[in-house]
Amino acid sequence: MKAARRSPGEVLPLLAIWVPVLVSILYVVGFTLYTVWIAFTPSTLLPEYGWVGLKNYVAILHTRNWNIAAANIVVYSVCFLALTTFLGLLLAVLLDQKLRGENVFRTIFLYPLAVSFVVTGVVWGWLLNPGIGIQKVVVGLGWTDFRFDWLVDRDRALYCIVLAGAWQASGFAMALFLAGLRSVDADLMKAAQIDGAGPLRTYRRVVLPTIWPIFIAVFVILLQFAIKTFDLAVALTGGGPGISTVLPSMVVYDFMFQRGLLGRGSAAAVLQLLMLVAVLVPYGVFRRWQTLKAARNA
Amino acid sequence: MAALRIRDLHKRFGPVEVLKGIDLEIDSGDFTVLVGPSGCGKSTLLNIIAGLEKASSGDVEIGEAVVNDIQPKDRDIAMVFQSYALYPTMTVRQNITFGMECRRVPKARQDEAVDRVAKLLQIEPLLARKPGQLSGGQRQRVAMGRALVRDPKLFLFDEPLSNLDAKLRVEMRMEIKQLHARIGSTIVYVTHDQIEAMTMATRIAVMHQGSVQQFADPDTIYNRPANLFVARFMGAPPMNTVTARLEGGPDGPVAVVGQGADAIRLPAPAAVGPDWLRRPVILGIRPECIAEPTRYFSEDPAATMTISAPVELTEPTGAETIVVLRLGGEKVLGRVAPDVRMPTGAVGRFAVDTRKICLFDPTTERLIA
Amino acid sequence: MRSTRIAVYGLVTLLACIYLMPLLVVVLNSLRSTPDIFRNGMIGLPHGLEFSNFTEAWSGLCIAEHCTGIRGYMFNSMMMTLPATVISTFFGALLGYAISLWRFRGDMWVFGIITLGVFLPEQMKLVPWVLVLRDLGLYNTVAGLVLIHVIQGLSFTTLFCRNYYVGIPQELMKAAKIDGAGFFRIFWRIVLPLSPPILIVTVIWQFTGIWNEYLYGVTFASGDHQPVTAALIALAVTVSEAPKYGVQSAAVLIAAAPTLFVYLAGGKYFMRGLTAGAVK
Repeated sequence: MKAARRSPGEVLPLLAIWVPVLVSILYVVGFTLYTVWIAFTPSTLLPEYGWVGLKNYVAILHTRNWNIAAANIVVYSVCFLALTTFLGLLLAVLLDQKLRGENVFRTIFLYPLAVSFVVTGVVWGWLLNPGIGIQKVVVGLGWTDFRFDWLVDRDRALYCIVLAGAWQASGFAMALFLAGLRSVDADLMKAAQIDGAGPLRTYRRVVLPTIWPIFIAVFVILLQFAIKTFDLAVALTGGGPGISTVLPSMVVYDFMFQRGLLGRGSAAAVLQLLMLVAVLVPYGVFRRWQTLKAARNA
Repeated sequence: MAALRIRDLHKRFGPVEVLKGIDLEIDSGDFTVLVGPSGCGKSTLLNIIAGLEKASSGDVEIGEAVVNDIQPKDRDIAMVFQSYALYPTMTVRQNITFGMECRRVPKARQDEAVDRVAKLLQIEPLLARKPGQLSGGQRQRVAMGRALVRDPKLFLFDEPLSNLDAKLRVEMRMEIKQLHARIGSTIVYVTHDQIEAMTMATRIAVMHQGSVQQFADPDTIYNRPANLFVARFMGAPPMNTVTARLEGGPDGPVAVVGQGADAIRLPAPAAVGPDWLRRPVILGIRPECIAEPTRYFSEDPAATMTISAPVELTEPTGAETIVVLRLGGEKVLGRVAPDVRMPTGAVGRFAVDTRKICLFDPTTERLIA
Repeated sequence: MRSTRIAVYGLVTLLACIYLMPLLVVVLNSLRSTPDIFRNGMIGLPHGLEFSNFTEAWSGLCIAEHCTGIRGYMFNSMMMTLPATVISTFFGALLGYAISLWRFRGDMWVFGIITLGVFLPEQMKLVPWVLVLRDLGLYNTVAGLVLIHVIQGLSFTTLFCRNYYVGIPQELMKAAKIDGAGFFRIFWRIVLPLSPPILIVTVIWQFTGIWNEYLYGVTFASGDHQPVTAALIALAVTVSEAPKYGVQSAAVLIAAAPTLFVYLAGGKYFMRGLTAGAVK
């Protein structure tokens, strides 16, 4: 490159590009590295400069909070993923039937996404509250033995978060699946029809196999939502009953701002990040492989 | 005066060299067509001339000034793109004046220039419309209007007709040629279509694999192709090329195609050097130089020679009939008048225009004579 | 075939009712009196319309010892969401344009790093934000939250806009450069006029996301500087001894109204944003 003589007309665009770019990079990379570093320091209420190695991690891994949260996040993620994908796919296939009023239905299934996790949590908290919610209504209808008290049950309260989460996110899965279904070549459906396949077989053998990349995308996006879940659980169960429904994100917050242990909180945040990395890196590799394969076939 | 000069231009993308030393000199007022198959580097060359891409080495001169480090906007060029690249949110008038607006030309002069160009291209009724409301041909005209309004030193056309349907393409081809004749501007025009090159150009540069194979006027390109690539690329159907042996004869050298009883002896160009005698060569002959036996190609009876050859297949196109025949055992194409019936599967007689025979070196593939 | 159609419609309608139920319950309860809800549960029709719930929620409700309703918190949320949405969208468009159309050395790296920001959990950034806000003197201010959401939002807006702008043909850029237009002129005159579809998507997405955000709001603002999401949680805690479900429902409805309205007004773009942002 030759030494560039730059006129003001060339400098201004460079500023306009690089200032936000550098801020963004500082934010994404710098903030992450800072938190990673704090996790190795003895910081409590304020960041302190020192080195304690993996002490914070060891301490975190030995707290009951974290262990419950780690177990919870696995159960929650699996159940949330299964229920949301199932509902999303069901809704997408139903809406794919050229229904009258498709727009109305789509609006209904998607509106929860516009509602905050906080509102979702509060409202589902009421519905699932056995004293005033669904249980009370069903009992009032005369079915006096009916019990739906998961919210106050230590072993089942987590599934309440799954329910509320699936209500909120299934529209999202539906939207992605529907876009996928609509992108399937119409000639493929006609060919299957001529081959004598009924609607169920057409979906199972022809349509769904062609949109499998969408399944992967839906899984990954939902999974990273699940790992980051915070507001919903705070609003719905607040981690209770007891600490039976704490999630890693809540443990981070608890350590950082309730107990004033920034080092340990950061270590928990890094562990949470590692869970995300475990989901996203394989996906990134998979996407890369896909594009390479597509490039080779082109 | 050279309007555009390109000197030893190289372009590399990583390890791949897409332009391998281009040298061109284009005179003011020339209509130069860069033609070649896709991937030959012609569009890259055009982008480098425009300043939209940087060369790896070498010089571009526009109007006797080296412009290597000059921004596209300061090169005094205009360009017409394959997709027309009309600004979709602006009206036709705004599309045409945008370049002047960027250069702060006074409003009155902008309007004057638009009126002139709109009249020239007959797009006055379209000025208030958006590109989305125009047909393909109209968009093409507007794209040309945008280029013409600036009155630049150099017009660059990047496959401007390839998005039009066949009929419109022929019409626009003629219009562009007429326009060039009228305003006498210097044009560099990129296409992969050899017919466009032949019909419009005053000079053609045939490109292949990053280098210029031949740079000459259309007549030379067509009748005296510099090598086998040019011979086979220009013309549809392309030039027939068959292996032959050169022998001496009483009236000069003779090219023998085929062996034994099938062998056909054609007079070779006298210019071929004596050291080629008794050596294999590649003989090139255009299909239109093989015609029905009653055809006379020239006043000079020696120019026309009659041969017998087995006919394999005929393809009537209406205006003429393409004949597949065996010339000394090798398959070649001939073009005969449509009312002549050729006996498929039997031996037919043909007239051959011996003046247009070309000989190529089989190893270097270059024209010998 | 006919019976299948009926089954499909039946199932879809049933599911629609289930998805609508929470909203319906909140709407109905916001019109019911608290004793009525206590007696008959959350799910039931109102006996008479208690519009007073709304006035109390708006200006009288006690949240964390301030008895001024959610009015102030709604105002905070607006003052946070509107500027943050506009600023982050503007810079996202500019960056998306620079990355996809103007191109510069290392643009793909920049894009990759910025998109990573979409996935990073907020928890990773809490401690650095504490320091940055403290040093800038923006702790416990709405301006601090705006700053956070602008920078956080850049990742999303750049991703959206870049993915849209790659669809603009490069030849348009070439034509503009030959016409003599520079970076900003091309942006203003050619790229922005083509952008309304993606800007609407981005604005809707940013507005919804920022309005609904809770963690930053509760961490970096306190007392009456908090956004309405934080206030709702505080409210749920405050009233847990003597719940006023009717008033609380009204408050929830008011808090959710802006995003619901934006969703209903721009639903088509909302859906497009989801698929555009996610699948690419």
